Amino acid sequence: MLITCPYCGPRDLSEFTYQGDGNRQRPAPNSQDLDAWNAYVYDRQNPAGDHNEIWQHSGGCRIHIRVVRNTLTHAISSAVPVRGHHGGKA
Amino acid sequence: MARSIEIERLSPLAQVYRAGPHGNFEDGVGVALSEPRPGSIVQLAAWPGEERRMIDAIRTVTGLALPDGAGGGVSEGGKAAFGFAPGKFTVVDEKDGLAAAFAKAITPAIGTVTDLSHGRTVIRIEGPEAEWVLAKFFAIDFSLAAFPLGAGRSTTHHDVFAQIQRTGPDRFDVHVFRSFARSFWTALCHGSEEVGYEVA
Ligand SMILES: [Zn+2]
Repeated sequence: MLITCPYCGPRDLSEFTYQGDGNRQRPAPNSQDLDAWNAYVYDRQNPAGDHNEIWQHSGGCRIHIRVVRNTLTHAISSAVPVRGHHGGKA
Repeated sequence: MARSIEIERLSPLAQVYRAGPHGNFEDGVGVALSEPRPGSIVQLAAWPGEERRMIDAIRTVTGLALPDGAGGGVSEGGKAAFGFAPGKFTVVDEKDGLAAAFAKAITPAIGTVTDLSHGRTVIRIEGPEAEWVLAKFFAIDFSLAAFPLGAGRSTTHHDVFAQIQRTGPDRFDVHVFRSFARSFWTALCHGSEEVGYEVA
């Protein structure tokens, strides 16, 4: 599997570290909303298809990358830097 | 102000550095291996939005004009610079004192200066088989079209970091951790045996 790092270009999977589900919404640090914390820690969509993920090019430029990976085919349809692409909130 | 101190520079490769031809060199030497031992290796990191001012500072201090684009770099006159990550640059000078010069030019508002002169070792591989030999170690494209002259790449060899700059059409400078340099040099020698190599 190759991931095209936005800075370095296509690189082997072994240069990357998976940083988890990109759909998670972390509650504010002082939030006491237990349902929100529970959802952040445990709830996963686990799709058979396109999945939003956070990866780090840990063995290269070390930036964090927002990746859309198909869990059935490993096809990667998008890879953009996390910086500047935070999703809902800037 | 920092006082200039005479330092005896020791190579981490001393115990394994054997000058002369090695391996299968009867039909010609495929690569030359050497240790350039630059006096200065500095890493610069610009805060977001300060990349332009950082590139201007590199030009002011070294005279090197970095090309635009990810991994762009230049190597000339005993100096070299290349991007290795967004807003981050490695700068090399055969003379020492580069970190002190950058510390003056790069204000805290622009970014940071890290002196790695004693933390990195530069290993040079040059010759018609340099791309072939390096491709055994690193899973990146070394062809001139994909890896232009002067450009830099951040990658790993067995999970250990390396930065590589193409400093000539068939010449690469590989920056590795000093503590890892002897191991990498030994592996590079083994990988070069089949094409014949000469240690300068
Ligand atoms: Zn990268």
